[in-house]
Amino acid sequence: MATVIELPVELFKGPVDPDWCPGCGDFGVLKGVQMAAAKCGIKPENLLVVSGIGCSSNLPGFIHAYGIHSLHGRSVPVATGAHLANTDLKVVITGGDGDGYGIGVGHLLHAMRRNLDVTYVVMDNQIYGLTTGQTSPTTTLGHKTKSTPQGNIEMPLNPLALALTAGATYVARGFSGEQKHLAEIIAGAIEHKGFSLVDVFSPCVTYNKVNTYPWFKERVYKLEDEGWDPSDFHKSMEKAFEWGDKIPLGVLYKTDMPTYEDGELAFKKGPLVKQSLEADKKVFDSFIEELI
Amino acid sequence: MQEVTIGIAGAAGDGLDKSGDTLARSCGRLGLHVYAYNSYQSIIRGGHIWLKVRVGENKVLSHGDNLNVLVALNQDSIERHAGEVQEGGVVIFNSDRIKCEPSQVREGVKILGLPMSKVTEEVVKTHGPLQAIMQNTVAVGAVCYLANIGLDEPTSVLTDTFSHKGEKVIDLNVGLLKAGFEFAKANCQPLTKEWKFSHKKRPFITGNEAIALGAYAAGCKFYSAYPMTPASTILHWMASHAAKTGICVKQCEDELSVVNMAIGAGIAGVRTMCATAGGGFALMTEAVGMAGIMEVPVVVVEVQRGGPSTGLPTKTEQADLFQVYGASQGEFPRLIVAPKSIADAYDTTVEVFNLADKYQLPVLLMSDLLLSEHPETVDPEVFNCEVKIDRGEVVSEWKEDQGKFKRFKFTPSGISPRALPGTPNCNYVSATDDHDEESILISDMFTSPGTRRMIMEKRNRKIENLLKELPAPELEGPADADVTLVCWGSTWGVVKEAVELLNAKGIKTNMLNIKYIAPFHAKEVAEILAKAKKKISVEVNYTSQMARHIKAETGISMDAHVNKYDGEPIEPLFVVAHVERILAGKPLSLECTEEEAKDIGYHYLRTHALEKLRPSKLTKESANGYGEQVWNIEFSERATGKPGARMLVGVSTGSTHSFEKLAAE
Repeated sequence: MATVIELPVELFKGPVDPDWCPGCGDFGVLKGVQMAAAKCGIKPENLLVVSGIGCSSNLPGFIHAYGIHSLHGRSVPVATGAHLANTDLKVVITGGDGDGYGIGVGHLLHAMRRNLDVTYVVMDNQIYGLTTGQTSPTTTLGHKTKSTPQGNIEMPLNPLALALTAGATYVARGFSGEQKHLAEIIAGAIEHKGFSLVDVFSPCVTYNKVNTYPWFKERVYKLEDEGWDPSDFHKSMEKAFEWGDKIPLGVLYKTDMPTYEDGELAFKKGPLVKQSLEADKKVFDSFIEELI
Repeated sequence: MQEVTIGIAGAAGDGLDKSGDTLARSCGRLGLHVYAYNSYQSIIRGGHIWLKVRVGENKVLSHGDNLNVLVALNQDSIERHAGEVQEGGVVIFNSDRIKCEPSQVREGVKILGLPMSKVTEEVVKTHGPLQAIMQNTVAVGAVCYLANIGLDEPTSVLTDTFSHKGEKVIDLNVGLLKAGFEFAKANCQPLTKEWKFSHKKRPFITGNEAIALGAYAAGCKFYSAYPMTPASTILHWMASHAAKTGICVKQCEDELSVVNMAIGAGIAGVRTMCATAGGGFALMTEAVGMAGIMEVPVVVVEVQRGGPSTGLPTKTEQADLFQVYGASQGEFPRLIVAPKSIADAYDTTVEVFNLADKYQLPVLLMSDLLLSEHPETVDPEVFNCEVKIDRGEVVSEWKEDQGKFKRFKFTPSGISPRALPGTPNCNYVSATDDHDEESILISDMFTSPGTRRMIMEKRNRKIENLLKELPAPELEGPADADVTLVCWGSTWGVVKEAVELLNAKGIKTNMLNIKYIAPFHAKEVAEILAKAKKKISVEVNYTSQMARHIKAETGISMDAHVNKYDGEPIEPLFVVAHVERILAGKPLSLECTEEEAKDIGYHYLRTHALEKLRPSKLTKESANGYGEQVWNIEFSERATGKPGARMLVGVSTGSTHSFEKLAAE
């Protein structure tokens, strides 16, 4: 393996400053992605950051890299297409819980079972922020939001358990209040060959008055501090449901499985974007011959 | 011109497509021209399949109005189609298990029952008992004699078809073919004179295959799809040829994923295509606007089928024009194009990849079930893969001292040179929010009405330049015609034949086919139509969408419309009859015809487990208390001819007012 030459984090500073609310958890995630890219030595031209729509999905505009700021819920297929077209690009998908676990969850499931070699960082604030505070797929039971004034009556979705079930091969959780730890998790996700889901507690300081920085700080602990072995699927599944007084952070599960790219014949000649466009005349003519 | 039309009817799973293929390929190899249409239902086994194969010495542009030979693979097919065979024609069937009575055919039609066990006796002695499906080959042999195409080419086609199964299977099939041929020879005369075989071999190809081949020739590297009739056969072609083409073929979880993946691949710099039917396209519409605002080259094929909603999954229609035209919110440049034939579908597919790249926009290529699924023989020269590939303005190198790369630079042409992700010093964001030249959003913090006006105009300037590059539509047929027929898409072929028939009848007619829907040649079309005398649109839809589109673009209305929306394609005589009616000043009758009443009767029998009956007599009667005239349909038992039931169907509404079984039954 080629030696990784770390790059300065400042290299990834974007053209404009983020327009998130002061104190938003997403600042920490942006920094985490920048630190991870620097640590992994990915040149800005080879980093493609793809998002959907939402506060957190504005992230590609704030990082020095190529970016796609796509449609609400569609970051995963857009990123998949871009990645399959040019497998030399490192693709990091970023977005929120509404984008990834709500409107886009169908795509997420399939991307995970395909084990595409991409990284998905979800800034999970358990609320819809950009639309001013409605319930999200990860909003806890009973939480009063603009759309659930009597309290949320739906069970929140468990992203880590979902990822395990669907076949993601790197499943982790970070907290934007633990930036260095988060950067390491994201760097691990980028380096991992296969689909990586990093769910990040990224508090919304404006619309979520329940799951706040202090709320998380009281509860989170790091799996590695307890000598966690991320190779056991069933134990990881059990751990994914730990919630309440103690909430685990870190790499919950990691395994090596063949990726989608490994099985795709079209990549045998290298990235699609670098292949010749001209049809092979002999092959083409043989297709016509088939029809005679 | 000499021609012959063969119909093969049976249930799904009867293998009649293979029989049709053998016939068509044989004719294609001899240098004859073939056009086939398969009318089928959304069912895997059973149901009713109706394949028409029209063979001509010259190019044939539709499956036509004729039927000279019927091959009926089950009793139901006799019921449905025996009466359609024209004088001098032949009805072929396995007389061991199917019956055809003289009352079921027109005068002068030969009933040729094949006593299958007897005809195949010798073959069975050598090869053992036959599978039911093999009797089709016997029928094909009989057709080869009747169509006067000899045994040589059909034998070579069968040899090729079964080459992977070995000598024994080839011998068996050729033996069956010969048995059928000899039986017909002993009992009939050929239906045609000697053909002038040119022996120019032409591929027998569908519209979807032509689109797929066009994409390969154009350098398409990524194809995504979700299965949906009638677009699925593009996916099948792409998947089964991927190992040789090197195209990355991706079946996705839904059409949202399909189009978003295709656009993602387009951003990353490969030529990319996806295809779907109207329902799938409805899911794709939001992303079409994304490709518009991000200025991404992508080709989306929309194959129309009968709508609305799930509609008629396996039937043809041209009713998605407004859906495609109106796809996605906001205003953005896109090309909407509808090829008129299979050859045109190939050329158009190649062309639109260049236009998508050059103008950095989504291309919506409209086909329909008829164009996409029907096969015809096409001159092999059409399929030339040595095509011009123009990727448009792509920046491959950008030095730091050149300043900031502006992905959406405001240029006089509206085209901003693009750099592909991976190019150093060009980093930018492709955003669905509107943005400035540098791709910085003008939607949230940095709103700027001035910038918004400039980028809107930049993007939309591309349309004017694109329009200049597209060939304007032209009149086909005599310039000083009394009637001008206006059409689009697959209807071109049938209208072209109708124009010939009308001119032969002394009704001077020409036609205008619209290929480019957006941008639209408003000036040129207005000039042509302003001079036209009687303007009649011909469309396979209810609301004459192209006529409305033309009116919106030019202010010119049609004088009359011809529409068909029963799921089956338009045929030339349908157009001729309506043009004559319109010229005679007669209003369109929407009454349920005798033929339709009979069809409704058959439908009732099939859906109520009454297939022992058949409609035997239809009489139009007065209101009878139903508030409208009624068709009195008398049913008799198929086996005995005894009266079995009576049904009353409204002449105005088509409603089934009553169905009563007769006591005798």
